[in-house]
Amino acid sequence: MNRINQKLEADHKLLSIYFTAGYPNTNDTEKIIVDLEKSGVHFIEIGLPFSDPLADGPTIQQSSTKALKNGMTTEKLFEQLEGIRDKVEIPLIIMGYFNPILQYGVEKFCKKCSEIGIDGLIIPDLPVDVYHENYQDLFEKYGLLNIFLITPQTSEKRIRFIDSISNSFIYMVSSASVTGSTSGFSEKTHEYFKRIHEMNLKNPQIVGFGIKDHETFTKATKFAKGAIIGSAFIKNLNENGIESIKEFVWNVKALT
Amino acid sequence: MSYQVDEKGYYGEFGGAFIPEMLYPNVEELRSQYIEIMQSESFQKKFRALLKDYVGRPTPLYFAKRFSEKYNTKVYLKREDLCHTGAHKVNNTVGQILMAQELGKKRIIAETGAGQHGVATATVCALMGLECIVYMGEIDIERQSPNVARMKMLGAKVIPAKSGSRTLKDATNEAIRDWINNPVDTHYIIGSVVGPHPYPDMVARFQSVISEEIKKQLKEVENTEDPDYVVACVGGGSNAAGIYYHYLDNPKVGIIAVEAAGKGIDTGESAATSALGKMGIIHGSKTLLMQTGDGQITEPYSISAGLDYPGVGPMHANLFTSGRGEFISITDDAAMKAGLELAKLEGIIPAIETSHALAIFENRKFKPDDVVVVNLSGRGDKDLNTYIEYFNL
Repeated sequence: MNRINQKLEADHKLLSIYFTAGYPNTNDTEKIIVDLEKSGVHFIEIGLPFSDPLADGPTIQQSSTKALKNGMTTEKLFEQLEGIRDKVEIPLIIMGYFNPILQYGVEKFCKKCSEIGIDGLIIPDLPVDVYHENYQDLFEKYGLLNIFLITPQTSEKRIRFIDSISNSFIYMVSSASVTGSTSGFSEKTHEYFKRIHEMNLKNPQIVGFGIKDHETFTKATKFAKGAIIGSAFIKNLNENGIESIKEFVWNVKALT
Repeated sequence: MSYQVDEKGYYGEFGGAFIPEMLYPNVEELRSQYIEIMQSESFQKKFRALLKDYVGRPTPLYFAKRFSEKYNTKVYLKREDLCHTGAHKVNNTVGQILMAQELGKKRIIAETGAGQHGVATATVCALMGLECIVYMGEIDIERQSPNVARMKMLGAKVIPAKSGSRTLKDATNEAIRDWINNPVDTHYIIGSVVGPHPYPDMVARFQSVISEEIKKQLKEVENTEDPDYVVACVGGGSNAAGIYYHYLDNPKVGIIAVEAAGKGIDTGESAATSALGKMGIIHGSKTLLMQTGDGQITEPYSISAGLDYPGVGPMHANLFTSGRGEFISITDDAAMKAGLELAKLEGIIPAIETSHALAIFENRKFKPDDVVVVNLSGRGDKDLNTYIEYFNL
């Protein structure tokens, strides 16, 4: 069983953390992953930096720009992750835009992920229909779970379709926005969480976008299985440095 | 085989809609309705009336006598520079503003590089009384200040794109992010034949009025609807799509696309995508684009802000790889020289984008009886400062 699915069977809420590979420094990748696991995070999303991250707000954009300036590449990320499975057990998901993957070669990319021990992929600009038609067999051949996004505007029919071809969790975008929005969760957002919960999908949902602390984490996971923090974690790395990971995670989990 | 878009939104292997799920409802709303709306009688009536009375169409097809004599061939200029606002861009914004109204949208966003599309969008928003927000790279705002002022006079809000290289590519990213943040009430007026399907096809259809008119006009003067060649500059490629459109599947008509070589293709300061690009994804479309080996999109360069885009529309990518189109690249210097030459020979000061298309005659020879139609896509008023500096006028 894939590490992601094992984790999803847990009877508690799950915390996933996103970070941009190559930020703040080129070679922080391994340390961040190891520290996140030690701090009690349940999934890690490793961001493959891209020059034009359309779905991301300023924080993740800036971290991507910096990572690329630091010399981060797909090849380099794979080098850094070589042997990561000797160090951590935690499910690892690579999140990246489609163009760098296309240039690397989709099959070669999947093969490499599989060899390293990556469990899943999130590719925001690879639409579910294109995936289903052209790439699903390939991803499955290499045992990679592809994770899809839904938003408050996604139709019920499309959610059902996404649910039918997903085999792990659904990434539920909390509001119509790019990443890093700080507006908090409105009554409408709450209703949307409830509506999706009541659809009784076969895949659990993990909420992303707009989660930054214990309070928003708790609200986001009232109905959902877990939540993802990205921009707020990167902001914390920027402000408090790489040694502050445990404190950040414990604050979100309200541990002392 | 057709060079038009197929039912899935592809030109050969190029096109499609590689968009984040957040954009899917907006794009799908448009995709499922655009053809039906555009073909409806009431839409066509409004569109045609505005093109005639507001834009000033049909634009003349002018036989450039002295220019033709110089190059020993028959050159006609399709005078899009005479459109209201000074370029072909307004054909598309008139169409899209009517589309936005049909879809019940209240807020309009657009990206702009040189500011021509921004001005054309602000113009139609003023005309219809709709809120208008234009994203423009911080660097472009500095170098195109007259167009920024025009947009402001027309009531648009100009928001600087401060990410990345702070030019057209990043202005487009910001406009897309705005659309993600405002999925319900907002229509995004893309200015070229780029972006996710159906944009390349929709914009090409709105611009196709250019070749539709040429067919009629040429029939009157040359007794044929078909020129031997149609020539246009290509950045994203909207004026080119307009002049090629009705000739795409007519093998008697040669298609010539002119890209900006900048300081030279091998100088690292160029925008010649067909020569330097590889297949990839940019702004939701699979097309040819300039990128690093690692798939990071690189910064193009051209003296002309309107050609300063790292990709081309998927229609053009297909014309290039299939061999249907002949692609030529022209340096800054050659373009500037050609612009000045047209001014002296014909009394027409072209936009620097257009000057690239005019520059091919120096080396690309045509037969004396060839009929060559060049899309004179825009006028040079906006470029006066560049001309002044370049020629010390």
